[in-house]
Amino acid sequence: MTFLKSFLSTAATSALMAGAAIAEPALIYDLGGKFDKSFNEAAFNGAERWAKETGGQFREIELKSEAQREQALRRFAEAGANPIITMGFAMADPLTSVAPDYPNTKFVVVDVTWIEGDNIRQIGFAEHEGSYLVGLLAEMASKSGTVGFIGGMDVPLIRQFGCGYAQGAKAANPDAKIIANMTGTTASAWNDPVKGSELAKAQISQGADVIYAAAGGTGVGVLQTAADENILSIGVDSNQNYLHPGQVLTSMLKRVDVAVYDAMKAGDTVETGVFILGLAEDGVGYALDEYNADLITPEMKAAVDEARAKIISGEIKVASYYDNDNCPVLDF
Amino acid sequence: MMDFIAIPVLDSAIRLSTPLLLACLAGLFSERAGVYDIGLEGKMLMAAFFSAAVAAVTGSAWLGLLAGIAASMVLAAIHGVAAITFRGNQLISGVAINFLAAGLSLLIAQHWFQQGGRTPSLIGGGRFAPIDLPLAQTLAPVPVIGPIYSDLLSGHSALAYLAFLAVPASWWVLYRTRFGLRLRAVGENPAAVDTAGVSVVGLRFAAVMICGILCGVAGAYLATALQAGFVKDMTAGRGYIALAALIFAKWRPWQAMWACLLFGYLQAVALWYQKIDIWGLVIPVQAIDALPYVLTVVILAGFVGKAIPPRAGGEPYVKER
Repeated sequence: MTFLKSFLSTAATSALMAGAAIAEPALIYDLGGKFDKSFNEAAFNGAERWAKETGGQFREIELKSEAQREQALRRFAEAGANPIITMGFAMADPLTSVAPDYPNTKFVVVDVTWIEGDNIRQIGFAEHEGSYLVGLLAEMASKSGTVGFIGGMDVPLIRQFGCGYAQGAKAANPDAKIIANMTGTTASAWNDPVKGSELAKAQISQGADVIYAAAGGTGVGVLQTAADENILSIGVDSNQNYLHPGQVLTSMLKRVDVAVYDAMKAGDTVETGVFILGLAEDGVGYALDEYNADLITPEMKAAVDEARAKIISGEIKVASYYDNDNCPVLDF
Repeated sequence: MMDFIAIPVLDSAIRLSTPLLLACLAGLFSERAGVYDIGLEGKMLMAAFFSAAVAAVTGSAWLGLLAGIAASMVLAAIHGVAAITFRGNQLISGVAINFLAAGLSLLIAQHWFQQGGRTPSLIGGGRFAPIDLPLAQTLAPVPVIGPIYSDLLSGHSALAYLAFLAVPASWWVLYRTRFGLRLRAVGENPAAVDTAGVSVVGLRFAAVMICGILCGVAGAYLATALQAGFVKDMTAGRGYIALAALIFAKWRPWQAMWACLLFGYLQAVALWYQKIDIWGLVIPVQAIDALPYVLTVVILAGFVGKAIPPRAGGEPYVKER
């Protein structure tokens, strides 16, 4: 931190002395749009925080179609923006073709960890670690011992969420029963709250009394049905506790805002390579605010904080779905 | 095996069938009059948004329903002007309406509510509450009939009952009234109707507007009865499944109801059971999900009877000069 601060001030002074402005960072939102209440909005919030703290400015663009990805990257790079921060796994291919053409520009990509390039900072999140914590809370809050998981589109990323959740639930109670459902296999699985509701009802009839939704817009239906049927639900990505006060147990947070903030703070000297933000880096976590304070008992809080510390210290290892494409405790 | 006909699964099937049925009947009116409509999806989506938006602002689900119907009828009128008045290609007009609705609903939602294209959650009177049929509680303990009546048939929203009442109503209008006879005739042989001195354009517009009303109810059902608000693209392809059901039903109202119930049931089964194990044979859930489309293709291929669309369907009527 102090290093960064002193570095920034040095950079600022030298820039002033040279009479030239520092390169502005640029932010490219994914198709979900800047105000999606989740992934992209978190990026925007991180950038805003940086701008407020430093008085700096950043450029931004909301993508409207797939074809604009490469175009936007090149335009910002040509204009001298540095670093250029991009959101979402779909940026992987455009980045692989654009980044080598601008070796002096730093690129940052969130949710991509598998591409080549010396000037790319790739940020992934340890979703399984955050999901482990909410799984633990879910099982402790459950009276029936049965908890549910509803995923959106059936992709490895979502299985990663479900797998961590199941491990957390099993940690709280080895006899825990976990019901896991995926909404579908096409992109419409992210925006089908009606199916989300029906899945929630199906899981409730099988005894689930806490349901974790990692399903985008489909999750809105899950949370709604859980509230209607008077059971608890768990939100995802952003803090969704406020949606149904007192009926959302917690939310699994994915701190995209922190990732963007850190990248902007580091400026054009941002470190490149692959970074996985887990519990230790505060990249993932669980939400505790005035809306769910009454739901999280002191024992639950103690247990989850202990688990968090143990995961950070390495005492508890949460198995990742990616490691061998299956989950040790849950059969999808 | 008995699990597949358990009451909760059938209950879920009815909920999932209702929007399909309304959209399917909507398509039935339009296509029977000779105007193809693949814009069912878009009209439902627009109605879902406006019903949720108005219900959120006014707190009344019924006002929301009216707004949804109005929004859907505006899109239906656009389709009518493009396809009937200007004799444009009906399929292209329908596709355009789907795109228009997907973009416009999101844009207006973001502009009005700033919640990332969602409407605020509806509470209280903003939603259609489940209706308990008379004597549902009294009959509940009766074996067999009790659970079927009190759990399966009772407890749906007013719009769901409306959807199922629309089936005999549609049948009666189409097959027992002069209007219905003319409407069917205009889809088979518009020239004959014209010769008889009846306006082809007027009849087709009437059919397209009825289609708009029914799509409006379908959208409102999704947003204000099944859900408590609008989420982007929340129709999730139901308009297309309704079209498949329409072909499956060979453009007839009663058969449309059975087709929609079947498709809704298949969706419910796919949601309730992730893997289906029938005597050791495991069927993946994706196969069940795809079954409505597979069945439709089988019907279209002529294996199970022949699906013959209205003869003048898809063609704009040009008066001979």
